[in-house]
Amino acid sequence: MRGRLIGLLVLTLLLAGCTSGGSARDGRITLRFQSLAWQEESVQANKELVREWNAGHPNVKVEYVQGSWDSVHDQLLTSFEGGEAPDIIHDASDDLADFAYGGYLADLSDLLPARLTSDIPQRSWDTATFGDGIYGVPFLQEPRVLIANATWLKRAGVRIPTARRPWSWHAFRKITEQLSGNGKYGVAWPLKEPVSATLNLSLSTGGELFHRGADGKVTVRFEAADQVVPRTIHDQADTDRSASPTTLGSGGSDTLPGFFGGKYAMVPLGFSYRQQIAQQAPKGFDWQVLPAPAGADGPTQGVSPQTLSIAQDSEHKKEAAAFIDFLLRPRNMVRLALGDWMLPTGTQALKDPALHTAKNGWATGTALAAHLRSAPAQSVRGYPEWKDKVATPAFQEYYSGAIGLDELRHRLEKDGNLVLARYQR
Amino acid sequence: MRTRTTTRIGQYAALLAYLVFLAFPFLWLLSTAFKTPRELGSLHPTWIPRHPTLDNFRQAFDEQPLLHAALNSLLAAAGAAIVAVVIATPLAYVMARRRTALTRAAIGWVIVSQAFPLVLVIIPLFLVLKNLRLINSLAGLTLVYVVWALPFALWMLAGYVRAVPTEVEEAAAVDGAGRARTLVSVVAPLLAPGIVATGLFAFVTAWNEFFFALVLLKTPGKQTLPVVLTHFIGAEGVADLGPLAAAAFLATLPSLVVFAIVQRRITGGMLTGAVKN
Repeated sequence: MRGRLIGLLVLTLLLAGCTSGGSARDGRITLRFQSLAWQEESVQANKELVREWNAGHPNVKVEYVQGSWDSVHDQLLTSFEGGEAPDIIHDASDDLADFAYGGYLADLSDLLPARLTSDIPQRSWDTATFGDGIYGVPFLQEPRVLIANATWLKRAGVRIPTARRPWSWHAFRKITEQLSGNGKYGVAWPLKEPVSATLNLSLSTGGELFHRGADGKVTVRFEAADQVVPRTIHDQADTDRSASPTTLGSGGSDTLPGFFGGKYAMVPLGFSYRQQIAQQAPKGFDWQVLPAPAGADGPTQGVSPQTLSIAQDSEHKKEAAAFIDFLLRPRNMVRLALGDWMLPTGTQALKDPALHTAKNGWATGTALAAHLRSAPAQSVRGYPEWKDKVATPAFQEYYSGAIGLDELRHRLEKDGNLVLARYQR
Repeated sequence: MRTRTTTRIGQYAALLAYLVFLAFPFLWLLSTAFKTPRELGSLHPTWIPRHPTLDNFRQAFDEQPLLHAALNSLLAAAGAAIVAVVIATPLAYVMARRRTALTRAAIGWVIVSQAFPLVLVIIPLFLVLKNLRLINSLAGLTLVYVVWALPFALWMLAGYVRAVPTEVEEAAAVDGAGRARTLVSVVAPLLAPGIVATGLFAFVTAWNEFFFALVLLKTPGKQTLPVVLTHFIGAEGVADLGPLAAAAFLATLPSLVVFAIVQRRITGGMLTGAVKN
């Protein structure tokens, strides 16, 4: 009996191992769409759209494959190497550079219909353009906003900023100082990933940090415009004591209990965090979405939109592009945006009334859409190493007060340019 | 007398502290699995959920194919445990009983193999499995788990074999039993606790393993439980904490159940051996 049981188990294992999905059966095409949707509403919206496509296209079946943001880069890399990549790939524009330059993704320039290419503005296409090719369709994006305790701000009598009249960085610092005291802080910066937050917000003050020379080579220059945002955060945390020092190493979610508990008046977070806030906020807690402070360049911010790409190895690129076009029709793009609590990139989708309601701060975010640009560093080769080895520890030490601005500049420029130079020989 | 009592109290206090240390993550997971999103965002978290809910479990099952993934994990882990034990038992016997240059070299290799980091192994392993057409198959993953568990399983079982007195085998030989008969009827039953413990080790290691499964399995229908659990984690590490805790709690249950069932057998076997000696 025991022997039979073991035999059965081994047989089951072998059968499980032998089963594999094919891309074409009975003349029908099967496309694999790897989605990274993870929130309940978002997963539901994606699955519904796949069902609708399959109902209308019996000869081109799309199979929904669940991926994970947590491991997508490693998983895709091995999939590409092993020739097992999905046909349609959901990812983010800041993760595409290696895959695009490595030849793993198809150039979409000639595959996408004019309707889609004209619907998405050039500033969004820039985020997924590497060299001469377009390697992803940017479709969802999120600005960083201030989630504020509305009651606290009202009681303090501060001017509530709007997308048209945001606070300046200087005013923001003053206001957080005014709101602080008695163990409470005007702001809690969750800066577990300090580099992207700092660089993206620094576009508002004209900070570019990465400068491309006439020879095409990129160098780091930490100039006056790049210093406004980091100096504001540093001064809030170390001089004014208006930013909580304990959250500087935290992720966004970690700051929410303190925010709900009345320890912090504001938390700068990605726009999609509203979903978590709407779910977790205590009954009667009045919160609102405010635009991030603006600088010399207005409320401009860098973003790395979510993208849809096609694997170079896919045998059905045309059909995959048709599916992407279906998925990103204005009405469908709105469904995806609402599911993920993010903003669509499409100009038609952005006009949808559902995205202009004051409820949950949708209107504030939508008003910022025109000011979103490609994140400064995402096409710079060597950026991940520069970020991990040089910039992240340097910014963390600067924000915690361990080093000053001169040392920060020295590390970002001198150490940083040594790293970048290795990638640009 | 007083010193003895103080020592005993100290021992129990240390044991209690150790138990709390071990149990804390599991109990916190359990508590989180039954909390509402609002409670999860509270500044003052409580051990016992104020408004216990099963919504996290419902959401976890609705969103991800947990049962199917658990079945995949079970197949891979049980398969790896059985094959590893079947291979390791005779090898361990030879390693423990024969003192030749070959066995000494084998023991050295077992120790050295434990020093290889995962990242060093994964790319060559991927290429080997690709050539064998074992990528994206549970059989391939099971094979990897067997190879991964084998060195430690050998090491562990060799220790159990050494604990079996050679006099028992000599007595069997005197009674006319051949080598095979001695191994099957005399040594194997005495090794049972060791075999169970080794199998358990191989099972739990494979059940919890994430990285190989992530890299080697492509189609969602073949993914194992640890890989599926990561689907509750979003961009920038934001997690859907309630459903994640619910799914993770369910994922720990099989290991606990297996331990609960076999632990008496392991300790029973050990005690039996102790009395005989």
